[in-house]
Amino acid sequence: METYFTKEHEWVRVSEGVAVVGISDHAAQLLGDVTFVELPSPGKVVTQFRQFAAIESVKAASDIYAPLSGKVVAVNETLESAPEIVNESPEDAGWIVRIEPSDLDELRNLMTGAQYEEFLGGME
Amino acid sequence: MEQLKKTPLFQEHQQLKALMAPFGGWEMPIQYAGGIIAEHRWCREEAALFDICHMGEFLYEGDFEAGGLEGVFTFSVKSIPVGRSRYGFVLNESGGVIDDLIVFRLGLEKAMVVVNAATIANDFSVISSRLTGIASFTDISDVTAKLDLQGPHARAVLTRFFGDELGDIPYFTFRESSILGVTAIISRTGYTGELGYELFLPGDKARELWELLLSDERVRPVGLGARDLLRLEVGYSLYGSDIDQATTPLEAGLNSFVNFAKEFQGKGALLKQQQEGVPRIKVAFKVASRRSPRHGYDIFSREEKVGIVTSGAFSPMLSSGIGIGFVPPAMAAIGSSLTIRHEKVCMEATICELPFYRDGSLRS
Repeated sequence: METYFTKEHEWVRVSEGVAVVGISDHAAQLLGDVTFVELPSPGKVVTQFRQFAAIESVKAASDIYAPLSGKVVAVNETLESAPEIVNESPEDAGWIVRIEPSDLDELRNLMTGAQYEEFLGGME
Repeated sequence: MEQLKKTPLFQEHQQLKALMAPFGGWEMPIQYAGGIIAEHRWCREEAALFDICHMGEFLYEGDFEAGGLEGVFTFSVKSIPVGRSRYGFVLNESGGVIDDLIVFRLGLEKAMVVVNAATIANDFSVISSRLTGIASFTDISDVTAKLDLQGPHARAVLTRFFGDELGDIPYFTFRESSILGVTAIISRTGYTGELGYELFLPGDKARELWELLLSDERVRPVGLGARDLLRLEVGYSLYGSDIDQATTPLEAGLNSFVNFAKEFQGKGALLKQQQEGVPRIKVAFKVASRRSPRHGYDIFSREEKVGIVTSGAFSPMLSSGIGIGFVPPAMAAIGSSLTIRHEKVCMEATICELPFYRDGSLRS
Protein backbone atom coordinates (compact mmCIF):
# COMPACT_ATOMS: atom_id res chain seq x y z
CA MET A 1 0.00 0.00 0.00
CA GLU A 2 1.62 3.21 -1.22
CA THR A 3 2.00 6.20 1.09
CA TYR A 4 1.62 9.58 -0.62
CA PHE A 5 2.95 12.93 0.63
CA THR A 6 2.18 16.63 0.22
CA LYS A 7 4.65 19.49 -0.03
CA GLU A 8 3.33 20.60 3.39
CA HIS A 9 4.57 17.25 4.82
CA GLU A 10 1.29 15.42 5.37
CA TRP A 11 1.05 11.75 4.42
CA VAL A 12 -1.97 9.70 3.32
CA ARG A 13 -2.55 5.95 2.82
CA VAL A 14 -5.72 4.65 1.19
CA SER A 15 -7.05 1.22 2.04
CA GLU A 16 -10.52 -0.19 1.42
CA GLY A 17 -11.93 3.22 0.59
CA VAL A 18 -10.62 5.00 3.72
CA ALA A 19 -7.65 7.40 3.74
CA VAL A 20 -5.48 7.60 6.87
CA VAL A 21 -3.75 10.97 7.29
CA GLY A 22 -0.87 12.21 9.41
CA ILE A 23 2.27 14.33 9.32
CA SER A 24 5.54 12.97 7.97
CA ASP A 25 8.49 11.80 10.04
CA HIS A 26 10.41 14.76 8.64
CA ALA A 27 7.73 17.23 9.80
CA ALA A 28 7.59 15.65 13.28
CA GLN A 29 11.36 15.98 13.61
CA LEU A 30 11.28 19.61 12.51
CA LEU A 31 8.51 20.45 14.99
CA GLY A 32 10.22 18.76 17.92
CA ASP A 33 8.16 17.77 20.97
CA VAL A 34 4.48 17.93 19.97
CA THR A 35 2.36 19.34 22.82
CA PHE A 36 -1.09 19.81 21.26
CA VAL A 37 -3.10 18.63 18.25
CA GLU A 38 -6.29 20.44 17.27
CA LEU A 39 -8.49 17.72 15.79
CA PRO A 40 -11.46 18.41 13.50
CA SER A 41 -14.93 17.12 14.36
CA PRO A 42 -15.92 13.83 12.73
CA GLY A 43 -18.19 14.60 9.78
CA LYS A 44 -16.25 17.70 8.77
CA VAL A 45 -15.84 18.03 5.01
CA VAL A 46 -12.28 18.85 3.98
CA THR A 47 -10.78 20.04 0.70
CA GLN A 48 -7.45 18.96 -0.74
CA PHE A 49 -4.60 21.30 0.29
CA ARG A 50 -6.87 23.36 2.60
CA GLN A 51 -6.13 23.64 6.31
CA PHE A 52 -8.28 21.32 8.47
CA ALA A 53 -6.31 20.85 11.73
CA ALA A 54 -3.44 22.39 13.69
CA ILE A 55 -0.46 21.12 15.63
CA GLU A 56 1.71 22.77 18.26
CA SER A 57 5.15 21.88 19.59
CA VAL A 58 7.31 23.47 22.27
CA LYS A 59 8.89 25.51 19.48
CA ALA A 60 6.13 26.34 16.99
CA ALA A 61 2.47 26.22 15.92
CA SER A 62 1.62 24.89 12.44
CA ASP A 63 -1.40 24.22 10.28
CA ILE A 64 -2.21 20.78 8.87
CA TYR A 65 -3.56 20.58 5.32
CA ALA A 66 -5.79 17.89 3.84
CA PRO A 67 -3.94 15.64 1.37
CA LEU A 68 -7.28 14.59 -0.16
CA SER A 69 -10.81 16.01 -0.29
CA GLY A 70 -13.51 14.12 1.58
CA LYS A 71 -15.29 13.68 4.89
CA VAL A 72 -13.60 13.07 8.23
CA VAL A 73 -14.86 9.72 9.53
CA ALA A 74 -12.56 9.28 12.56
CA VAL A 75 -10.02 11.25 14.59
CA ASN A 76 -7.16 9.88 16.68
CA GLU A 77 -8.53 10.81 20.12
CA THR A 78 -5.44 9.39 21.84
CA LEU A 79 -3.60 12.50 20.70
CA GLU A 80 -5.75 14.71 22.95
CA SER A 81 -3.98 13.46 26.05
CA ALA A 82 -0.82 12.01 24.50
CA PRO A 83 0.21 14.17 21.52
CA GLU A 84 3.80 12.92 21.92
CA ILE A 85 2.71 9.83 19.96
CA VAL A 86 3.11 12.02 16.86
CA ASN A 87 6.85 12.17 17.63
CA GLU A 88 7.13 8.51 18.58
CA SER A 89 5.30 7.14 15.54
CA PRO A 90 4.40 9.92 13.09
CA GLU A 91 3.57 7.68 10.13
CA ASP A 92 1.69 4.98 12.02
CA ALA A 93 0.26 5.22 15.60
CA GLY A 94 0.48 9.01 15.37
CA TRP A 95 -2.13 9.21 12.57
CA ILE A 96 -4.41 12.22 12.89
CA VAL A 97 -7.66 11.57 10.99
CA ARG A 98 -9.34 9.05 8.72
CA ILE A 99 -11.07 10.54 5.69
CA GLU A 100 -13.61 9.06 3.31
CA PRO A 101 -12.11 10.45 0.09
CA SER A 102 -14.45 11.93 -2.50
CA ASP A 103 -12.08 11.75 -5.48
CA LEU A 104 -9.18 9.32 -5.56
CA ASP A 105 -7.89 10.93 -8.77
CA GLU A 106 -6.52 13.63 -6.43
CA LEU A 107 -3.74 11.18 -5.51
CA ARG A 108 -2.10 12.31 -8.76
CA ASN A 109 -1.48 15.70 -7.13
CA LEU A 110 0.62 14.06 -4.41
CA MET A 111 4.17 12.71 -4.24
CA THR A 112 5.10 9.07 -3.85
CA GLY A 113 7.49 8.15 -1.05
CA ALA A 114 10.45 8.22 -3.47
CA GLN A 115 9.40 11.60 -4.88
CA TYR A 116 8.99 12.99 -1.36
CA GLU A 117 12.50 11.84 -0.41
CA GLU A 118 13.80 13.64 -3.49
CA PHE A 119 11.74 16.73 -2.58
CA LEU A 120 13.27 16.74 0.95
CA GLY A 121 16.75 16.33 -0.52
CA GLY A 122 16.20 19.39 -2.68
CA MET A 123 15.19 21.45 0.34
CA GLU A 124 18.53 21.14 2.08
CA MET B 1 24.84 41.14 10.10
CA GLU B 2 27.19 40.87 13.03
CA GLN B 3 28.87 37.50 13.36
CA LEU B 4 27.46 35.31 16.13
CA LYS B 5 29.80 34.70 19.04
CA LYS B 6 30.71 31.20 20.18
CA THR B 7 31.25 30.01 23.76
CA PRO B 8 34.30 27.89 24.73
CA LEU B 9 31.97 24.86 24.60
CA PHE B 10 30.89 25.26 20.97
CA GLN B 11 32.71 22.10 19.81
CA GLU B 12 31.21 20.09 22.65
CA HIS B 13 27.71 21.14 21.54
CA GLN B 14 28.47 20.14 17.97
CA GLN B 15 29.74 16.75 19.11
CA LEU B 16 26.51 16.29 21.09
CA LYS B 17 24.55 17.14 17.91
CA ALA B 18 22.89 20.12 19.55
CA LEU B 19 20.42 22.20 17.62
CA MET B 20 22.12 25.61 17.61
CA ALA B 21 20.35 28.96 17.22
CA PRO B 22 21.13 32.65 17.72
CA PHE B 23 20.45 33.97 21.23
CA GLY B 24 21.48 37.47 22.32
CA GLY B 25 24.20 37.64 19.65
CA TRP B 26 25.55 34.18 20.46
CA GLU B 27 25.23 30.82 18.73
CA MET B 28 23.78 28.72 21.55
CA PRO B 29 22.46 25.16 22.03
CA ILE B 30 18.65 25.20 22.05
CA GLN B 31 18.35 21.45 22.59
CA TYR B 32 20.37 18.27 22.36
CA ALA B 33 19.38 14.90 20.88
CA GLY B 34 16.78 13.99 23.52
CA GLY B 35 14.45 16.93 22.92
CA ILE B 36 13.25 19.84 25.02
CA ILE B 37 10.64 18.07 27.15
CA ALA B 38 12.98 15.22 28.11
CA GLU B 39 15.66 17.78 29.03
CA HIS B 40 13.16 19.76 31.11
CA ARG B 41 12.22 16.60 33.00
CA TRP B 42 15.88 15.71 33.54
CA CYS B 43 16.43 19.04 35.27
CA ARG B 44 13.34 18.60 37.48
CA GLU B 45 14.33 15.04 38.44
CA GLU B 46 18.12 14.64 38.10
CA ALA B 47 20.81 17.25 37.35
CA ALA B 48 21.04 19.45 34.26
CA LEU B 49 24.20 21.11 32.97
CA PHE B 50 23.79 24.37 31.02
CA ASP B 51 26.39 26.34 29.05
CA ILE B 52 25.72 29.90 30.19
CA CYS B 53 29.08 31.32 29.08
CA HIS B 54 27.24 33.92 26.97
CA MET B 55 26.18 35.91 30.05
CA GLY B 56 28.32 38.88 31.07
CA GLU B 57 30.46 39.52 34.14
CA PHE B 58 31.91 42.84 35.30
CA LEU B 59 34.43 43.26 38.11
CA TYR B 60 34.34 46.32 40.39
CA GLU B 61 37.18 47.11 42.80
CA GLY B 62 37.04 50.19 44.99
CA ASP B 63 34.97 51.97 47.58
CA PHE B 64 31.27 51.38 46.81
CA GLU B 65 30.10 54.85 47.93
CA ALA B 66 32.97 56.98 46.63
CA GLY B 67 33.23 55.01 43.38
CA GLY B 68 29.51 55.37 42.71
CA LEU B 69 28.42 51.71 42.53
CA GLU B 70 26.15 52.11 45.57
CA GLY B 71 23.84 54.41 43.58
CA VAL B 72 23.63 52.35 40.37
CA PHE B 73 21.21 49.58 41.31
CA THR B 74 17.75 49.35 42.89
CA PHE B 75 19.38 47.64 45.87
CA SER B 76 22.28 48.52 48.14
CA VAL B 77 25.62 46.89 47.30
CA LYS B 78 27.38 47.85 50.52
CA SER B 79 24.71 46.12 52.63
CA ILE B 80 25.23 42.75 50.89
CA PRO B 81 27.34 40.64 53.27
CA VAL B 82 30.63 39.43 51.77
CA GLY B 83 29.95 35.98 50.29
CA ARG B 84 26.36 36.71 49.41
CA SER B 85 24.62 37.99 46.28
CA ARG B 86 21.52 40.04 45.46
CA TYR B 87 19.15 40.34 42.48
CA GLY B 88 17.83 43.65 41.18
CA PHE B 89 17.92 46.20 38.39
CA VAL B 90 19.71 49.04 36.71
CA LEU B 91 17.03 51.51 35.53
CA ASN B 92 16.77 54.37 33.06
CA GLU B 93 15.48 57.80 34.15
CA SER B 94 11.88 56.74 33.33
CA GLY B 95 12.19 53.78 35.67
CA GLY B 96 12.42 51.30 32.76
CA VAL B 97 14.64 48.26 33.20
CA ILE B 98 18.00 48.57 31.41
CA ASP B 99 18.84 45.12 32.75
CA ASP B 100 18.12 42.68 35.54
CA LEU B 101 21.27 41.36 37.18
CA ILE B 102 22.91 39.84 40.24
CA VAL B 103 25.69 41.46 42.26
CA PHE B 104 28.11 39.16 44.09
CA ARG B 105 29.88 40.76 47.07
CA LEU B 106 33.38 39.30 46.66
CA GLY B 107 35.12 41.43 49.28
CA LEU B 108 34.97 44.61 51.33
CA GLU B 109 35.67 46.68 48.21
CA LYS B 110 35.13 44.10 45.48
CA ALA B 111 32.00 43.00 43.62
CA MET B 112 31.07 41.05 40.48
CA VAL B 113 28.05 42.11 38.42
CA VAL B 114 26.43 39.34 36.33
CA VAL B 115 24.29 40.58 33.43
CA ASN B 116 22.33 39.27 30.45
CA ALA B 117 24.20 38.36 27.26
CA ALA B 118 22.41 40.67 24.82
CA THR B 119 22.89 43.70 27.08
CA ILE B 120 26.60 43.34 27.99
CA ALA B 121 27.91 46.29 25.96
CA ASN B 122 25.12 48.68 26.89
CA ASP B 123 25.16 47.68 30.58
CA PHE B 124 28.89 48.24 30.78
CA SER B 125 28.62 51.66 29.19
CA VAL B 126 25.62 52.72 31.35
CA ILE B 127 27.14 51.52 34.62
CA SER B 128 30.54 53.04 33.75
CA SER B 129 28.88 56.40 33.02
CA ARG B 130 27.36 56.38 36.51
CA LEU B 131 30.62 55.68 38.31
CA THR B 132 32.94 58.44 39.52
CA GLY B 133 36.07 56.94 38.00
CA ILE B 134 38.03 56.35 41.20
CA ALA B 135 37.23 52.62 41.29
CA SER B 136 38.33 50.04 38.75
CA PHE B 137 35.50 48.60 36.65
CA THR B 138 36.30 45.90 34.08
CA ASP B 139 34.34 43.75 31.66
CA ILE B 140 35.65 40.22 32.30
CA SER B 141 32.96 38.47 30.20
CA ASP B 142 35.38 37.25 27.53
CA VAL B 143 37.63 35.47 30.00
CA THR B 144 34.91 34.17 32.32
CA ALA B 145 32.97 30.95 31.81
CA LYS B 146 29.66 30.21 33.52
CA LEU B 147 28.18 26.74 33.79
CA ASP B 148 24.90 26.11 35.60
CA LEU B 149 24.34 22.79 37.38
CA GLN B 150 20.67 22.55 38.33
CA GLY B 151 18.42 19.81 39.65
CA PRO B 152 17.68 17.81 42.80
CA HIS B 153 20.97 15.86 42.44
CA ALA B 154 23.12 18.97 41.83
CA ARG B 155 24.49 19.08 45.40
CA ALA B 156 25.44 15.40 45.41
CA VAL B 157 27.27 15.79 42.09
CA LEU B 158 29.09 18.94 43.22
CA THR B 159 30.29 17.44 46.49
CA ARG B 160 31.30 14.18 44.79
CA PHE B 161 33.81 16.05 42.62
CA PHE B 162 34.80 19.00 44.79
CA GLY B 163 34.34 17.97 48.40
CA ASP B 164 31.71 17.89 51.13
CA GLU B 165 32.58 21.41 52.26
CA LEU B 166 30.58 22.72 49.30
CA GLY B 167 27.47 20.90 50.48
CA ASP B 168 26.15 23.58 52.81
CA ILE B 169 26.05 26.73 50.66
CA PRO B 170 22.74 28.53 51.41
CA TYR B 171 20.53 30.09 48.72
CA PHE B 172 21.98 33.32 47.23
CA THR B 173 25.33 32.59 48.87
CA PHE B 174 28.60 31.63 47.17
CA ARG B 175 32.09 30.30 47.92
CA GLU B 176 35.35 31.11 46.19
CA SER B 177 36.89 27.69 45.96
CA SER B 178 39.84 26.04 44.29
CA ILE B 179 38.68 23.53 41.67
CA LEU B 180 40.63 22.13 38.68
CA GLY B 181 43.63 24.13 39.91
CA VAL B 182 41.94 27.54 39.60
CA THR B 183 39.75 29.75 41.76
CA ALA B 184 36.07 29.40 40.89
CA ILE B 185 32.96 31.04 42.26
CA ILE B 186 30.39 28.46 43.26
CA SER B 187 27.07 30.19 43.79
CA ARG B 188 23.82 28.70 45.04
CA THR B 189 21.66 30.48 42.47
CA GLY B 190 19.94 29.56 39.21
CA TYR B 191 17.10 30.05 36.78
CA THR B 192 15.15 26.80 37.05
CA GLY B 193 13.41 26.60 40.44
CA GLU B 194 15.56 23.60 41.36
CA LEU B 195 18.40 23.14 43.82
CA GLY B 196 21.43 24.25 41.89
CA TYR B 197 24.60 26.18 41.36
CA GLU B 198 26.06 28.73 38.99
CA LEU B 199 29.79 28.06 38.52
CA PHE B 200 32.08 30.88 37.37
CA LEU B 201 35.66 30.08 36.36
CA PRO B 202 38.31 31.11 33.83
CA GLY B 203 37.11 30.49 30.28
CA ASP B 204 39.99 28.16 29.40
CA LYS B 205 38.77 25.72 32.09
CA ALA B 206 35.19 25.52 30.81
CA ARG B 207 35.71 22.39 28.73
CA GLU B 208 37.45 20.51 31.53
CA LEU B 209 34.62 21.29 33.98
CA TRP B 210 31.96 20.43 31.38
CA GLU B 211 33.54 17.01 30.68
CA LEU B 212 34.05 16.27 34.37
CA LEU B 213 30.46 17.03 35.38
CA LEU B 214 29.05 15.08 32.42
CA SER B 215 31.08 12.05 33.46
CA ASP B 216 28.54 11.59 36.27
CA GLU B 217 25.55 9.65 34.94
CA ARG B 218 23.14 11.86 36.89
CA VAL B 219 24.20 14.86 34.77
CA ARG B 220 23.04 15.59 31.23
CA PRO B 221 23.46 18.66 29.03
CA VAL B 222 20.31 20.75 28.75
CA GLY B 223 19.71 23.53 26.25
CA LEU B 224 18.15 26.97 26.34
CA GLY B 225 14.79 25.64 25.08
CA ALA B 226 14.22 23.65 28.27
CA ARG B 227 15.72 26.46 30.35
CA ASP B 228 12.97 28.78 29.10
CA LEU B 229 10.24 26.32 30.17
CA LEU B 230 11.90 25.79 33.55
CA ARG B 231 12.16 29.51 34.31
CA LEU B 232 8.61 30.25 33.13
CA GLU B 233 7.11 27.49 35.30
CA VAL B 234 8.58 29.22 38.36
CA GLY B 235 7.68 32.70 37.10
CA TYR B 236 11.14 34.19 36.58
CA SER B 237 11.23 37.16 34.19
CA LEU B 238 13.12 36.95 30.89
CA TYR B 239 14.86 40.20 29.97
CA GLY B 240 13.81 41.40 26.52
CA SER B 241 10.50 39.52 26.72
CA ASP B 242 8.85 40.23 30.10
CA ILE B 243 10.92 43.24 31.15
CA ASP B 244 12.68 45.88 29.08
CA GLN B 245 13.47 49.59 28.92
CA ALA B 246 9.75 50.42 28.60
CA THR B 247 8.73 48.34 31.64
CA THR B 248 9.26 49.35 35.27
CA PRO B 249 9.83 46.88 38.13
CA LEU B 250 6.50 48.06 39.63
CA GLU B 251 4.62 47.11 36.45
CA ALA B 252 6.44 43.78 36.41
CA GLY B 253 5.45 43.01 40.02
CA LEU B 254 9.11 43.04 41.10
CA ASN B 255 8.74 45.66 43.86
CA SER B 256 10.55 43.50 46.38
CA PHE B 257 13.82 44.00 44.47
CA VAL B 258 13.56 47.79 44.75
CA ASN B 259 14.85 49.47 47.91
CA PHE B 260 13.17 52.88 48.19
CA ALA B 261 15.26 53.72 51.27
CA LYS B 262 18.29 54.40 49.05
CA GLU B 263 19.04 56.59 46.03
CA PHE B 264 19.27 55.14 42.51
CA GLN B 265 18.69 56.32 38.95
CA GLY B 266 15.01 56.06 38.02
CA LYS B 267 13.78 56.32 41.62
CA GLY B 268 11.87 59.56 40.93
CA ALA B 269 9.92 57.93 38.11
CA LEU B 270 9.09 54.91 40.27
CA LEU B 271 7.89 57.10 43.17
CA LYS B 272 5.65 59.00 40.77
CA GLN B 273 4.29 55.75 39.38
CA GLN B 274 3.72 54.45 42.90
CA GLN B 275 1.64 57.54 43.66
CA GLU B 276 -0.33 57.65 40.42
CA GLY B 277 -0.70 53.92 39.96
CA VAL B 278 0.76 51.72 37.23
CA PRO B 279 -0.96 51.80 33.81
CA ARG B 280 -0.53 48.04 33.36
CA ILE B 281 0.65 45.19 35.50
CA LYS B 282 2.08 41.74 35.01
CA VAL B 283 -0.31 38.80 35.31
CA ALA B 284 0.27 35.07 35.16
CA PHE B 285 -2.37 32.91 33.53
CA LYS B 286 -3.11 29.25 33.01
CA VAL B 287 -4.71 28.10 29.74
CA ALA B 288 -7.68 25.72 29.89
CA SER B 289 -6.08 23.36 27.33
CA ARG B 290 -2.67 22.13 26.18
CA ARG B 291 -2.45 25.07 23.76
CA SER B 292 0.62 27.31 24.11
CA PRO B 293 0.25 31.06 24.37
CA ARG B 294 3.30 32.72 22.81
CA HIS B 295 5.18 36.04 23.02
CA GLY B 296 3.20 38.70 21.16
CA TYR B 297 -0.25 37.04 21.30
CA ASP B 298 -3.09 39.40 22.25
CA ILE B 299 -4.96 39.30 25.56
CA PHE B 300 -8.70 39.96 25.39
CA SER B 301 -11.24 40.52 28.15
CA ARG B 302 -14.87 40.42 26.99
CA GLU B 303 -14.12 41.04 23.29
CA GLU B 304 -11.83 43.98 24.07
CA LYS B 305 -8.08 43.82 23.58
CA VAL B 306 -6.54 44.66 26.95
CA GLY B 307 -2.95 43.51 26.75
CA ILE B 308 -0.24 41.35 25.31
CA VAL B 309 1.48 38.06 26.16
CA THR B 310 5.20 38.47 26.93
CA SER B 311 6.06 34.82 27.66
CA GLY B 312 4.12 31.65 27.02
CA ALA B 313 4.66 27.93 26.67
CA PHE B 314 3.28 24.47 27.24
CA SER B 315 4.11 23.51 30.82
CA PRO B 316 5.13 19.85 31.11
CA MET B 317 4.57 19.98 34.90
CA LEU B 318 1.02 21.37 34.64
CA SER B 319 0.19 19.69 31.29
CA SER B 320 -1.37 22.93 30.11
CA GLY B 321 -0.45 26.20 28.49
CA ILE B 322 0.92 28.89 30.81
CA GLY B 323 1.84 32.49 30.22
CA ILE B 324 2.81 35.90 31.49
CA GLY B 325 1.44 39.15 30.12
CA PHE B 326 0.51 42.72 30.96
CA VAL B 327 -3.05 44.10 31.44
CA PRO B 328 -4.59 47.15 33.16
CA PRO B 329 -4.65 46.69 36.98
CA ALA B 330 -8.47 46.65 37.01
CA MET B 331 -8.38 43.38 35.04
CA ALA B 332 -5.59 41.70 36.95
CA ALA B 333 -7.51 40.04 39.79
CA ILE B 334 -6.60 36.41 40.52
CA GLY B 335 -9.28 34.14 39.09
CA SER B 336 -10.33 36.54 36.30
CA SER B 337 -10.97 35.06 32.86
CA LEU B 338 -8.99 36.14 29.82
CA THR B 339 -9.02 35.08 26.18
CA ILE B 340 -5.71 34.74 24.36
CA ARG B 341 -5.90 35.32 20.61
CA HIS B 342 -3.57 35.19 17.65
CA GLU B 343 -4.86 35.04 14.08
CA LYS B 344 -7.34 32.14 14.15
CA VAL B 345 -6.01 30.69 17.41
CA CYS B 346 -8.11 31.37 20.49
CA MET B 347 -7.72 29.99 24.01
CA GLU B 348 -9.45 30.56 27.34
CA ALA B 349 -7.24 31.34 30.33
CA THR B 350 -7.55 32.19 34.03
CA ILE B 351 -5.30 34.57 35.96
CA CYS B 352 -3.40 32.72 38.66
CA GLU B 353 -0.65 33.29 41.21
CA LEU B 354 3.05 32.71 40.58
CA PRO B 355 4.85 30.42 40.60
CA PHE B 356 2.94 28.02 38.34
CA TYR B 357 5.06 25.15 39.66
CA ARG B 358 5.74 25.03 43.39
CA ASP B 359 7.32 21.66 44.05
CA GLY B 360 10.89 22.32 42.87
CA SER B 361 13.93 21.37 44.95
CA LEU B 362 15.18 25.01 45.05
CA ARG B 363 15.43 25.32 48.82
CA SER B 364 16.04 21.69 49.73
